[in-house]
Amino acid sequence: MLDFQEKPSISLTIMEICLEHIDFFHGDTRVLTDVTCRFSKGRFYAVLGPNGSGKTTLLDLICGFRTPKHGRILLENTPVNALSRRTVAQSISLVSQSYEVNFPFQVKEVVMMGRHPHIDRFARPSRNDRDIVDRVMEITGITHLADRQVTNLSGGEKQRCAFARALCQDTPVLLLDEAFSNMDIHHTFHLLGLVKQAVQEKGKTVIAVLHDVNLAAGFSHDMLFLKQGRIAAMGDTQSVLTQKNIQTVFNVTSKVEYNAYVQALQVYFKPS
Amino acid sequence: MFSSISVAMHKGKTGYLVVLFSLLLSGSILISLSMGYMKISFLDIFQILAGIPAMDGGSDISPRFETFHAVVFDIRLPRILTCAAVGAALAVSGVLFQGILLNPLADPYTLGVSAGAAFGASIAILLNLSATLVSVPIFAFAGGCATLFLVLFLSYSPGNPAGGLSSNNLILSGIIVAAILSAGISFLKFIADEQVSVIIFWLMGSFASKTWPQFFLVTVFLILGFSVAIFFARDLNLISTGDRSAISLGVDLKKVTLILLITGSMLAAVSVAISGIIGFVGLLIPHMVRFLTGPDNRKLLPVSMLAGATLLLWADTITRAVLPHEIPIGVLTALIGGPVFCWIFKKSHQSR
Repeated sequence: MLDFQEKPSISLTIMEICLEHIDFFHGDTRVLTDVTCRFSKGRFYAVLGPNGSGKTTLLDLICGFRTPKHGRILLENTPVNALSRRTVAQSISLVSQSYEVNFPFQVKEVVMMGRHPHIDRFARPSRNDRDIVDRVMEITGITHLADRQVTNLSGGEKQRCAFARALCQDTPVLLLDEAFSNMDIHHTFHLLGLVKQAVQEKGKTVIAVLHDVNLAAGFSHDMLFLKQGRIAAMGDTQSVLTQKNIQTVFNVTSKVEYNAYVQALQVYFKPS
Repeated sequence: MFSSISVAMHKGKTGYLVVLFSLLLSGSILISLSMGYMKISFLDIFQILAGIPAMDGGSDISPRFETFHAVVFDIRLPRILTCAAVGAALAVSGVLFQGILLNPLADPYTLGVSAGAAFGASIAILLNLSATLVSVPIFAFAGGCATLFLVLFLSYSPGNPAGGLSSNNLILSGIIVAAILSAGISFLKFIADEQVSVIIFWLMGSFASKTWPQFFLVTVFLILGFSVAIFFARDLNLISTGDRSAISLGVDLKKVTLILLITGSMLAAVSVAISGIIGFVGLLIPHMVRFLTGPDNRKLLPVSMLAGATLLLWADTITRAVLPHEIPIGVLTALIGGPVFCWIFKKSHQSR
């Protein structure tokens, strides 16, 4: 459903993203330490960890917003920094935490910005570009907001607008940084469902930073736990979502069990 | 279908606005040419511009016509065109700064370019280099450029995604540098003695006795600056929505930010060098034009350029030909622009 290409894609087909021994500092503060991991095509990864554990930085590094101090990030065996920004933008899209826009662009203009890496400098959006924008606005439920100014929307609406922009980028890899933090349950499940479907049917790769462990448990194939800038655990959701890991990473006691209604592992916390 | 119609409408609307503002500007130039101490009829102006000499009954060119010809070509036209070009340059510069600094309240002088230019000009005047006439603009331009590079140097950090050229860093560096420079200007005024009035008048801005070379100079900068700006207009749209989205959508943020900052500052520096400090055009014009075109820089840039030229031309025409005494143009734009801005500002944030 989220594959809009009518012609074969000119962008790289990303089979694999590899992070090798990544160290990153924010000024003098160490944010990530010796992070080595691998993200493969057709998987949904959930990144979990306490505040300040380096989740956003991890996504920033993957999309080339920041450069690691040591180590390298390979897209299909090519270092990210060796690729042009445009090529990276044709392969990786990001829904960031901040969705505020200072200027009163119309919603449809913001969504069309997602086509930026696919449109030549002085070219006008093609029929295909406009179709993609229309369809994405429809599936993200913002068609009725198309002519509104993005500065006048509610938080959740702005976030859906940012989400739609990233979907329009139509990339093999989608990074989500707390992309649902202001959305209601309906939109959260609807959009996560769409994304999951795209992972399974079109072989996209999704790396999502989520705070809700149970949401992550319901949608992800794999989980990556970060603690103080190091990978505390990584593997398929069934095997790493354990009481022990939650205890180590979040310092919270919990109970993890399979829930037949959700059809996934769920974590229960006891209010104390 | 629907979206294609709306795209076409938007496209058409911008086209109309550009044509409308071009006509407005041309009309303003003609009207302004006829106004002044010596009234010249439109018929004469058309004849002068078309190069048709009016005959004095017989075969001699009338002396009255020769005077008019001199007034139009040697005095009014260079002044009017320089003024329009400076207005255009300041408006384009304002659009660039507001987009890069993610702040609709930024203006061409936010990075302290005007303070630097004023400092340079003050030195030239103090050292009595003003006799040569060229040196004040050169010193002003050099001062403006030096300030820009100092501000960029203070803000720059290579490790940062945007090269450290974030709006906070830039605004802060700009404010600090401008504060130091205005103390410097005060000091220069203090030691300037009788030259102080020259400095003060220069700082308040004027288009009096502008010449063709000055017009060509501003125009060259304007054409170059506008071309660069329009080349990166779509990138500027993305930059104005934030660092992360710009980079993740494929903008080479560090490079484009640097190019556009230099472009905007050069436009501001050349304007200040030619005509002194003229405030509010670069702030107000992009702001008002955004109501017509929306924030898309591909539409905002050309319309702002034409609107800036027209507005500053009228301000200058008022001070030149309407008011009993010519008051400095910088003072006039601030006196009119300030209250207008207050009104727009109050209105726009009340409607939210």
